[in-house]
Amino acid sequence: PFSLQNQNYKCHGSSKGKEREQRASIRFKTTLMNTLTDVLRNRPGWVEVKDEGEWDFYWCDVSWLRENFDHTYMDDHVRINHFRNHYELTRKNYMVKNLKRFRRQLEREAGKLEAAKCDFFPKTFEMPCEYHLFVEEFRKHPGITWIMKPVARSQGKGIFLFRRLKDIMDWRKGTAGKKFASLEAQPARAPTATVNPSGTHDTRSSDDQKDELPVENYVAQRYIENPYLIGGRKFDLRVYVLVMSYLPLRAWLYRDGFARFSNTRFTLTSIDDQYVHLTNVAVQKTSPDYHPKKGCKWMLQRFRQYLASKHSPQAVEALFSEIDNIFIKSLQSVQKVIISDKHCFELYGYDILIDQDLKPWLLEVNASPSLTASSQEDYELKTCLLEDTLHVVDMEARLTGKEKRVGGFDLMWNDGPVSREEGAPDLPGMGNFVTNTHLGMQGRWEVGVPGGAGGIQHSTV
Amino acid sequence: MLQEESDLSLIIAQIVQKLKGSSLYAQLERQAWASLQRPEIRLESLKEDIKEFFKISGWEKKLQNAVYSELNVYPLPSHPAAPPEHLKEPLVYMRKAQGSWEKRILKSLNSMCTELSIPLARKRPVGQQKELLNKWNEMGTDEPDLSLFRPVYAPKDFLEVLINLRNPNYENGDSLSFRTHLGLIQVPLKVKDIPELKECFVELGLNTGQLGIDDSTQVPPELFENEHVRIGQKVLAEQDSAAAQQYIRQGSPTALRAELWALILNISSQPEDILYYEQLKTNVIQHDLLVDSLIYKDVKLTASNDDYYFVFEDYLYQVLLCFSRDTSVLGHFAYNSASPPKSYIRGKLGLEEYAVFYPPNGVIPFHGFSMYVAPLCFLYHEPYKLYQTFREMYVRFFFRLHSISSHPSGIVSLCLLFETLLQTYLPQLFYHLREIGAQPLRISFKWMVRAFSGYLATDQLLLLWDRILGYNSLEILAVLAAAVFAFRAVNLMEVTSLAAAEAVLADLSTLKVMPLLQIFLFATVT
Repeated sequence: PFSLQNQNYKCHGSSKGKEREQRASIRFKTTLMNTLTDVLRNRPGWVEVKDEGEWDFYWCDVSWLRENFDHTYMDDHVRINHFRNHYELTRKNYMVKNLKRFRRQLEREAGKLEAAKCDFFPKTFEMPCEYHLFVEEFRKHPGITWIMKPVARSQGKGIFLFRRLKDIMDWRKGTAGKKFASLEAQPARAPTATVNPSGTHDTRSSDDQKDELPVENYVAQRYIENPYLIGGRKFDLRVYVLVMSYLPLRAWLYRDGFARFSNTRFTLTSIDDQYVHLTNVAVQKTSPDYHPKKGCKWMLQRFRQYLASKHSPQAVEALFSEIDNIFIKSLQSVQKVIISDKHCFELYGYDILIDQDLKPWLLEVNASPSLTASSQEDYELKTCLLEDTLHVVDMEARLTGKEKRVGGFDLMWNDGPVSREEGAPDLPGMGNFVTNTHLGMQGRWEVGVPGGAGGIQHSTV
Repeated sequence: MLQEESDLSLIIAQIVQKLKGSSLYAQLERQAWASLQRPEIRLESLKEDIKEFFKISGWEKKLQNAVYSELNVYPLPSHPAAPPEHLKEPLVYMRKAQGSWEKRILKSLNSMCTELSIPLARKRPVGQQKELLNKWNEMGTDEPDLSLFRPVYAPKDFLEVLINLRNPNYENGDSLSFRTHLGLIQVPLKVKDIPELKECFVELGLNTGQLGIDDSTQVPPELFENEHVRIGQKVLAEQDSAAAQQYIRQGSPTALRAELWALILNISSQPEDILYYEQLKTNVIQHDLLVDSLIYKDVKLTASNDDYYFVFEDYLYQVLLCFSRDTSVLGHFAYNSASPPKSYIRGKLGLEEYAVFYPPNGVIPFHGFSMYVAPLCFLYHEPYKLYQTFREMYVRFFFRLHSISSHPSGIVSLCLLFETLLQTYLPQLFYHLREIGAQPLRISFKWMVRAFSGYLATDQLLLLWDRILGYNSLEILAVLAAAVFAFRAVNLMEVTSLAAAEAVLADLSTLKVMPLLQIFLFATVT
């Protein structure tokens, strides 16, 4: 790459660059036992510490974070892989709330057209507190299908579809039932958001806290009935976004990812068959049709090529551009809420669904995307993903801070849009502005990958 | 001069004969009649006016495409006195070999049939028919018990037959000389060498733009890609088959490929075609054939296990089951050295009046057959379009990959071409592999039989098949196979066993075919 003397280009991350301490070895800690451990252990100069040892880098799980982050002191150079209150983005009910608020703000500031760009999330209502609003919406569109999802569970657990209010009566009689009963007795009112001293975002009023029953929050969401099908099957996309900071917002988009297929053919006649509708690999693995030898994933490159053979280049370009928009808007919506700590970075797994009109929808954002590999190809993808993540985090202080691409990551947002062209000013107003994203396009094995010591050799032919 | 003229008139007569039976003829006739209403058609100059009308309305182009298609597919008559077998295969020993191979296959099929006590064909009871109709779009969910079925043959069985092929008229002499062919194929067929291949594949040269090379992200699209796409759109607008075939030699843009292939193969989706497909579907519903189980088994074993094609499992059934009932496929046996197997109605063995072709299309699938269809699912998703394209590809190209013939695109010639290229231009490698018991053909045979489907990444495979269509020849498969060996030569020189050699060549999914071909043909010092 040629000289990056562009004044318009803002640096990112540690512009201190070479001033940062070059450490002799980097002590890492993790509790995961999968691809991540392989990557960390193979990284030159990285040493594992266990138990109570001091660490420079910790890939932790969210429960540890919740219990310990607030009373852990970290030196300047130390890095950890989650933001303290990431759930503002990753818990479905909070994300909806933040997005709705951001949308209102956008409408006030920039008009309806700009606000409409936030309409990538199917209509969602928090349960039980928005139950009445939900019923109102439900009655406006009789006969459509809705999906009920628990806010905090993953891997497709606890999800079901319904079309009639009757269908959720039984569910209501369960653990959440009493909750509903108490709510219905009271006049409907807007949920009050109270922030408890412990920092948890909690919408329960003080009355309800008296309840002994642990209430699991759900969301009821409009089910997308016309998904794009390939080979008669429904699929969703898993895309990886790495956020290095929120204030200012700096986010990287990984070029690779995959499309996850449902094992069975899509039909609306059997909404009870969760195997049809849920595309998580975890759910598919328990389906009677599942054969482990059969991957049910396509790499994104394949998916993009498939689309290119069916739709015009403009349509494909437009789709991917709308997908970029999902990332940016969702991150912007929580930008002011998430505690931006310089020690924190986070690798998100975005789940995107495409409908038959080639419109992308955001299903959810995962703060801990699965790093376990389901096949050799998957293993390679995740290994490269993690290696490149560590390159961007740059504990070794090798990056100059001016890179637009590191391995398979493209700098997508740097306190503003980033242009694809080398050395071009990042001014979106200019006619030829093309964003610096390459989702599903050629992978990381191209000429001139900066900052890469170690890493996998790939032949170019 | 006279000979040429009479040849030409013979050809014309033959083509006219063929086209007279086609729907295009009926359409042209209708159009001609309808055009009489038009003001520009005058009685005095009827012929010229109608011709002019055809030219303007695009019907002439359609006729042109049809003629071009016939010229491509049907071999030119060699001699008016030549018997029809000569059209299938001029060399007697090849015909004999094909005949005995067919006998073996049929024997194998019949014995499987007797062993399992399953009839070759039976009518489905009404209940089952209804069930199948309901499940038509998701036949992949069925898990019938296929454990007792075996594929009728696998490519390696076929290879053994080819290895034992000998021309009884050819005396090699026992002494080894530099002319001795060290490969597995020991028949004296003429194959091209690199200078001839360079002439033949001139558009793949270093100075010509290619998709698969000059459209990579480092190359600015203004240099080649944009213009190439523009020309492609123009070709499609003109609906000219011959132009499309010439154009596609440099590769097809992804967005235009489906239409270009349809144009080159002269496939138009008329209502009759859709109806014909539905008819075939009805045949499938009503009758159950033994080959259906073979097809199921093949799909389950190959395409369903493939990382990319598993998604299209259902389409494969819909195409292959209908294919086996399509009697129009029997037409290609006129120029195929193979002949459709005959079966007899129960109890009437040997009586010609009770003979039927089995399966109805005369093609018995082998292990890996479904891979011919799988890549096409990337281009077409209406079943009838997918079906038509596959059928056309089969009767033009794929049949040559599993029948014994002397045709330059036949599998025997391809094997010989591959081995000769290797022996002539990579003698050290060839000799080394031979010494360690790893005859190269044993590894590359399966690639060529499948036209590389399932071995290359899909986008690369489609670029390769673009060139098959463009050059109307399968020779490029042999060239690519040799180019792959050349590319991995360094690693191959280090191996000491067949298994190790197989391992080096096990994964072709990262290869880019066009640079490989270009380097092998145009950039290697010969």
